[in-house]
Amino acid sequence: MLIGGKVMACISPEGKPTESGTKILQALQAGLKTPEEIAREAGLPLFRVRSGLRELAQAGLVTQDGDRYELSAQGVATLCAWSG
Amino acid sequence: MEEVRQQVTRIPRIGEPSPPFEAVTTHGTLRLEDFKGSWLILFSHPADFTPVCTTEFIAFAQIYPELQKRGVELLGLSVDSVSSHIAWVRNIQEKTGIKIPFPIIADLNKEVSLAYGMIHPGQSKTETVRCVFIIDPNQIIRAILYYPLTTGRNMDEILRIIDALQTTDKHGVATPANWRPGDMVVVPPPNTVETAEERLKQGYECIDWYLCKKKL
Repeated sequence: MLIGGKVMACISPEGKPTESGTKILQALQAGLKTPEEIAREAGLPLFRVRSGLRELAQAGLVTQDGDRYELSAQGVATLCAWSG
Repeated sequence: MEEVRQQVTRIPRIGEPSPPFEAVTTHGTLRLEDFKGSWLILFSHPADFTPVCTTEFIAFAQIYPELQKRGVELLGLSVDSVSSHIAWVRNIQEKTGIKIPFPIIADLNKEVSLAYGMIHPGQSKTETVRCVFIIDPNQIIRAILYYPLTTGRNMDEILRIIDALQTTDKHGVATPANWRPGDMVVVPPPNTVETAEERLKQGYECIDWYLCKKKL
């Protein structure tokens, strides 16, 4: 998916979160987390989590509160819709 | 040629902050700051689907687990497109069974290559030479290697440099020629006459006051 002309690794061209995007969103289901906490929980490299959070925030699926992130209402809906 | 030469006047040096970038990669758009807190090996190769580069990518993939144990990430770069990178890593996996697990920058506009002095016009004005920038968790450049287009890099040496730098940071020592983990390390030389005298009484293995080694 392209947002602002940038290649998105966390969201497919169909608007579906990719495997890594889904792992990040799922890690946020329990509430606010730092990128380091998400990386540990999702089993992803920290750089992938940081870039993924940036993409998911641009897409409106997560919001940032200081150094922590949480799912937006749109993020919850997207996770429900694509995870069945 | 002259235009390219003029663009490549500044090469980042050891001890300086790594030039920041935002780049399209095979793992999405990445910024240098995304790697903060990890060691990073940023390396360039001349071109996808070329023989020496393919052997190097296989070798980098093979040392990747060892690098991860040391908290090191890998980031490749060439001036090829992301589609070319994807096709190449898929081809490597299909032909050799080896998966390339790290991202590769598609530096089509040469923004990152020029910022890191990776294009050496005397070798090629269109391709990057074989550069290795070892960047620490604070994003300071700690070591740089440059190899010509015809010479593949030595993965043992890259791992050895990482081990040496991490040992230096952890223990405040230096490492002698051909050092390997487990070998004796060099104690920093004294900088006063008094400490030079004392150094010889401290039980180190000394050739003279300025060259003392110890076991860690």
